[in-house]
Amino acid sequence: MNNKLNHRGHANKWFLPALGLLAVAITLPAFAKGFLLFQATQVMIFAIAIMGLNVLVGFSGQLSLGHGAFYAVGAYTAAIFMGQYDLHYGLAIPAAGVIAFLFGFLFGLPALRLEGHYLAMATFSLAVAMPQVIKLSVLEAWTGGSQGIAVNKPQPPFGSSLSEDQWLYYIALITTCLLYLIARNLIKSRTGLALLAIKESPVAAKAMGVNLAVYKTLAFGMSAAFNGIAGALSAMAVQYIAPESFTFYLSAAILVGLVVGGVGWLPGAFLGAIFVLLVPNVAETVSKGLSGAIYGVFLIALIFFLPSGASTFRDFIFHRFQRKGGNSN
Amino acid sequence: MNYMTNSIKIKSGRALASSSIVAWATCIGRQGKSMHVSIGKSIAAAAFSGLALSGAWAQKAPLPGVTDTEIRIGNTSPYSGPGSAYSTIAKAEAAYFKMVNDNGGINGRKINFISYDDALSPPKTVEQTRKLVESDDVLAMFNTIGTAANLAAQKYLNAKQVPQLLVGGGATHLVDPKKYPWTMGWQPTYFSEGAIYAKHILASLPNAKIAVLSQNDDFGKDYLTGLKDGLGEKANSMIVATATYEPSDPTVDSQVLKLKASGADVLVNITTPKFASQVIKKIAEIGWKPAHYLINISVSVGAVMKPAGIENGQGILSTAYLMESTDARWKDHPDMKAWSEFMDKYLPGANKADSMNVYGYVTAQALVQVLKQSGNDLSRANVMKQAASLNKVPFKLMIPGVVANTTATDLYPIQQMQMMRLKGEQWELFGPIISSGVGQ
Repeated sequence: MNNKLNHRGHANKWFLPALGLLAVAITLPAFAKGFLLFQATQVMIFAIAIMGLNVLVGFSGQLSLGHGAFYAVGAYTAAIFMGQYDLHYGLAIPAAGVIAFLFGFLFGLPALRLEGHYLAMATFSLAVAMPQVIKLSVLEAWTGGSQGIAVNKPQPPFGSSLSEDQWLYYIALITTCLLYLIARNLIKSRTGLALLAIKESPVAAKAMGVNLAVYKTLAFGMSAAFNGIAGALSAMAVQYIAPESFTFYLSAAILVGLVVGGVGWLPGAFLGAIFVLLVPNVAETVSKGLSGAIYGVFLIALIFFLPSGASTFRDFIFHRFQRKGGNSN
Repeated sequence: MNYMTNSIKIKSGRALASSSIVAWATCIGRQGKSMHVSIGKSIAAAAFSGLALSGAWAQKAPLPGVTDTEIRIGNTSPYSGPGSAYSTIAKAEAAYFKMVNDNGGINGRKINFISYDDALSPPKTVEQTRKLVESDDVLAMFNTIGTAANLAAQKYLNAKQVPQLLVGGGATHLVDPKKYPWTMGWQPTYFSEGAIYAKHILASLPNAKIAVLSQNDDFGKDYLTGLKDGLGEKANSMIVATATYEPSDPTVDSQVLKLKASGADVLVNITTPKFASQVIKKIAEIGWKPAHYLINISVSVGAVMKPAGIENGQGILSTAYLMESTDARWKDHPDMKAWSEFMDKYLPGANKADSMNVYGYVTAQALVQVLKQSGNDLSRANVMKQAASLNKVPFKLMIPGVVANTTATDLYPIQQMQMMRLKGEQWELFGPIISSGVGQ
């Protein structure tokens, strides 16, 4: 709880930097083209997925190793709705969120009985099973089996001079901002307090009248919805999805991004996403044959020096501000 | 890694040879490094603070990927992840280009082969492909490994009109000149191979009763469609039984029994190595003796025939289009000698028994041929035009008689294979070179 008050107390301090970042994000397409814009789009998409996982892990205290599965559900939902039913992308994105929410909610029901590492195992199996489930011949008419589905990029509205890449970037930016606000408000609401209470002590929370089943499944559903939306956006950015796009590595990458960004700190999602997307590329320039090992070294070093991920930075800056700010106030 | 993504055969368990990394890194790392670092930095700078970018995104040269001294070629391969054994191919290709560069390059231009890791993950392939096209400014993409990886990049490359040359996948639907004129195939497709078996059956056993066992996915269907297409009108009367299995099935015993019960005297076995081994064993157990056609994905003596019992596999028929480096017959062939010298000099320590080193060597020759044919007009349009005008080129290490041939409407270069039969622990080639005639 103390932690939470801290957030409120310092919200204003982050207002200006956040506004600055947003201004930069809005003007980015004016000077960045092509690949850089694509990577920025991917960072935002990944940040959405990490934020979603944060709602579950960071705030309700349930561990999931399988959120890539919900990411896949969202990607396939969007691809199938857009490709086979000609649904507008503006509707396909929320549709992906809704369907992923349902999946997450339904998976959350039995998973409720599992705690800690048992839940981790259950979600792990979900992630491992996903690529094979997509290939099942019963579903092949929709999923295209191992051939995958080609996805069209959202077309910029008539009369705008934006390119497809720029338009997709703005769609991702708007979605990211909206989802960030939703996640932030959720955490600050009574629901968020209830989730935090469950994380600290499920027994105490129950004694205070928190309905564990409802809140836990809700957290599961919400985080799945975030991942579903991220999956839908990524399908549009990459323009192609296949079972191999959603292996366990994806789930692991989302979790790594969460830990790197800082569990329980929402803005950390962006730093986590940047790490997960860019560090492997940096590692590759050091040595191609050992890129995985070098990535691992980066990761271990980061966890060693910044045990709470990027949020260690935040705390550092907070304390600086606190000292200075405390005097002037 | 699964069988779908590629039809390159790993014919022995000794496939991994990592010592070639050193030679390869000196070849590629040096050329790519400065650029990657500056891009990495600029992305980080922009993402963190939104500062303006350095000159990495400056104006493109008049001809993308080409200067007076170099030709930049892009590639993605799985250097990490479960499919990393396939990176041997890109390493062999890099070594071949180094040899070409040491010998003066192509019309005075050196090949700068920039290859990135995509771990066989389609989204990563798209990311790396975009990086190659948009920031490394490559002339063309070359021999990206994996069917899914190539499908993922196909739409983008065709929209950008960047040649996607010699794709490293065997699925037929990858190549569709009408829809994707910038994508060019390479190895025989599953469809062509199926059609070649059909031709052989029609010629040698015109009254055959055929049973087909195939994997229930688009890989299996690709083969089956080719087989039916090759049989033509007789397909319905000749195929007396079909059975499928799921890759997740524990065994295919019941399918084999069902096929035997149909009274068929020919079995076309469209299975991946594990199942192929089971089928060969089961057939011997139940005393069924059909003419047995096995797809060339599963011809590994070490991984398929020995587990099934080498005596049970005698007489099995399959196809090949490249020379096998372990085959004693080719030992004194000039192509094989040249390859062996190349391996010793440019990939010392690499595993010569790994057929991917042969595949990479042949594929690299094909790219060099396309670039040579393009002369001094290295525009993307002309490179694609030349890629579509390979005129019966016999590349070194292709089985004598097999040639690469393309036209504007037929972008499948290799459609010929030769039949082979298992004899002892060796595959023995026999008969003429058979062409599937796909797309001609």
